[in-house]
Amino acid sequence: MADGSIGLWTVPLAVLGGAIRVSTPFLFVSLGECITERSGRINLGLEGTLVMGAMSAYGISYLTGSPWLGVLAAGITGALLGALHAGICSLPRVNDVAVGIALMLFGTGLAFYLGKPLIEPTAPRLPAIDFGWWSDISQVRAALRVNVLFLIGVALAPILYWAFRTTRWGLLIRTAGESSDAARAMGHSVLLIRLRATMVGGFLAGIGGSFLSLFYPGSWNEGLSSGQGITAVALVIFARWDPLLCLWASLAFGGAAALGPALQSVGVTSGYHLFNAAPYILTLAIMIITCSPKRTLTGAPAELSITR
Amino acid sequence: MIVGEPLPPSGAFGVNAIAMTMRFGDFLALDNVELKVRPGSFHALLGENGAGKSTLVKCIMGYYHATEGDIIIGDREQAIANPKDAHALGLGMVYQHFTLVPAMTVAENLVLARDDVPVVVDWSKEMKELESFLARMPFKVPLGAKVSDISAGERQKCEILKQLYLKRRFLILDEPTSVLTPAEADEVLGMLRNMVVKGELTILMITHKFREVMAFADDVTILRRGKLAGAGKVSELTPDAMARTMIGAEELTVQPPRTGEAGQARLELAKVRALDDAGAIAVHDVSLTVRAGEIVGIAGVSGNGQRQLVEVLAGQRESESGEIRVVGDPYHASREEMRRHKMSLLPEEPLKNACVGGMSVADNIAFREFDRAPFASGGWWLNRGAFRDDAKKKIGQYKIKTRTPDTPISALSGGNVQRAVLARELGGDVEVLIAANPCFGLDFAAVAQIHAEIMAARNRGAAVLLVSEDLDELLELSDRLVVMFHGEFVYEARTSEADLTVVGRHMAGH
Repeated sequence: MADGSIGLWTVPLAVLGGAIRVSTPFLFVSLGECITERSGRINLGLEGTLVMGAMSAYGISYLTGSPWLGVLAAGITGALLGALHAGICSLPRVNDVAVGIALMLFGTGLAFYLGKPLIEPTAPRLPAIDFGWWSDISQVRAALRVNVLFLIGVALAPILYWAFRTTRWGLLIRTAGESSDAARAMGHSVLLIRLRATMVGGFLAGIGGSFLSLFYPGSWNEGLSSGQGITAVALVIFARWDPLLCLWASLAFGGAAALGPALQSVGVTSGYHLFNAAPYILTLAIMIITCSPKRTLTGAPAELSITR
Repeated sequence: MIVGEPLPPSGAFGVNAIAMTMRFGDFLALDNVELKVRPGSFHALLGENGAGKSTLVKCIMGYYHATEGDIIIGDREQAIANPKDAHALGLGMVYQHFTLVPAMTVAENLVLARDDVPVVVDWSKEMKELESFLARMPFKVPLGAKVSDISAGERQKCEILKQLYLKRRFLILDEPTSVLTPAEADEVLGMLRNMVVKGELTILMITHKFREVMAFADDVTILRRGKLAGAGKVSELTPDAMARTMIGAEELTVQPPRTGEAGQARLELAKVRALDDAGAIAVHDVSLTVRAGEIVGIAGVSGNGQRQLVEVLAGQRESESGEIRVVGDPYHASREEMRRHKMSLLPEEPLKNACVGGMSVADNIAFREFDRAPFASGGWWLNRGAFRDDAKKKIGQYKIKTRTPDTPISALSGGNVQRAVLARELGGDVEVLIAANPCFGLDFAAVAQIHAEIMAARNRGAAVLLVSEDLDELLELSDRLVVMFHGEFVYEARTSEADLTVVGRHMAGH
């Protein structure tokens, strides 16, 4: 078989490659949001955190020449935005969803403002590991060029699953999310637990953002995120607040997002924009299938403002 | 300044609260109250709702800081700044509302409660230790089960075990038996009593059940409206004397005698099935007929499907299958059907289920008829004057304590919210009445009034379905008794012929 003539096999291959590439920001944001929501709070501001993370990663990578410092900067930016969210929510009678929406707009707006000078220059990007070396087919090699961040994310999911069960902070986060009365009766500060959980959630979401600007698509512009942050929040609900399911759900969403470009590459151009909307249609379909007015969501932390 | 000996390292110790006064703004919750709990004794704290019992124990536990007064633990005066200080001294409290995390297992809940939860929990080691701890304990709980999956009785045992696991030596129990069957209550309290007798534990129990006070307590302290009303040895007191001390000089509504015989069938349930919020079957094909002039009581420990059954009858939940008929007509809980059949509803937690908290007392009383003459003309133009006049009349008639008819109903006490709902639901003609835990958490005066109203409705010929977790209430009011367990009716008897031990056994599912 000659190079580049694998025909329709391009589509599933591109979807697989997309699942790996596009899923990384979903994965980080959803794992972060998973931690935050298990502590009993929803941070809808992660879309803003994602974009801020992307901008700061790109900026720091450009200024220092080290993309890994950029990743770290993105995480710290995310953690600070998380602290801002948690800090505002600590005040009495503040609704976390409303604060999240405000921070979403704040984060994206701030990133566009600060990131204006970063649209032109080119920053050093994150390296990738070539798992497709064994193949002569360029599509296979392209699909299997895997970023280290993806591998970290894949490892993080089972680690979180384990940590929620067997570590002190995992148990405390779940207690705060399931029954703040119980946590208080044990003498823990629910607000402090949630502050930390929201900061860790923001840290991971920021890293998710760094992937966008430093690997795929791999540049900084204002159209960088097409709502991955907010989709990932929905994805956590779909994944029933389970980190392992977050991993699978992220891969599914990543694959769906790669469908449009994949079909275009084999010449199916009609309905391009429709196929690009696949992740959003998937979101809607999943929500309709899995939600019912007659029953509450299983696995939902009892203290979340949407389930209370 | 610290005076007196430190606590001995193990065994029971006593607690004295001296001259306790607690103000919340203008409100005097505790007024110079004294409580003396001897070491190694079982002490009962009695009082009506709002008498200050919870405030007093919360001061001891460090949740509140008393405006004035001292707390002496053992022989030494102690400043207890927060619950952690109290825990460090060996004081523990079992709350009326569970503090277990429902989505976690029993073992996770126990380990989590410790002050020294390891950074990484070695579950196989912890499970071994928990099992050997349980082996020494008088009652057993399933360690691996999720708390949400175990019965209310087992949860209460878990709460108590948790305190013992944490090596607490002075235990405060806030109405610990409200969710237990009488047999379970005796089992739990009996075992705690044994530990007290052995000198391992001192117990302070908040309760309103005289039977338990008489059977298990050594001493009793009685509060009334934030003041010390009496104290003494239980062996020298009678339930009657304690009740009089609790309520003071207040006149209670006299319940009318039971008159008349049951008539035609009014409310018929045929194989009604309903799901709970998680989608599991909560009400399992139950059938029941309630006739005119009859009170049918549904007994059962909380969480056996009673709530879902009442929600179906109230229109708050759709049934999955089965049929409900009222006087022969199919019933779907529409407003029109409720009006046509003169149905009334006293749901549990009335502020949540039967009122709009932010709306006025007058508006809440008018909910059933607000769009009918004389409250409205043409079905849309509301006559506010008629609302107020009707409300004023009912406020007097039902002794609702509110500043004005325009006060938001959420500002009223629990008893007065229930009186307002009572005024709305029983103010007119009633043919079918459905009541769920109508007296939960209310004081004697409100309970007596509500019981009298329910009995009067029955005597006037209403078919009454009374769902209650309070067996005494059911035995007092109902003509027929049905026991609900795991969503099914497992036992039925005429109340006059019902055997309490048999009823209790069915409530526990045996």
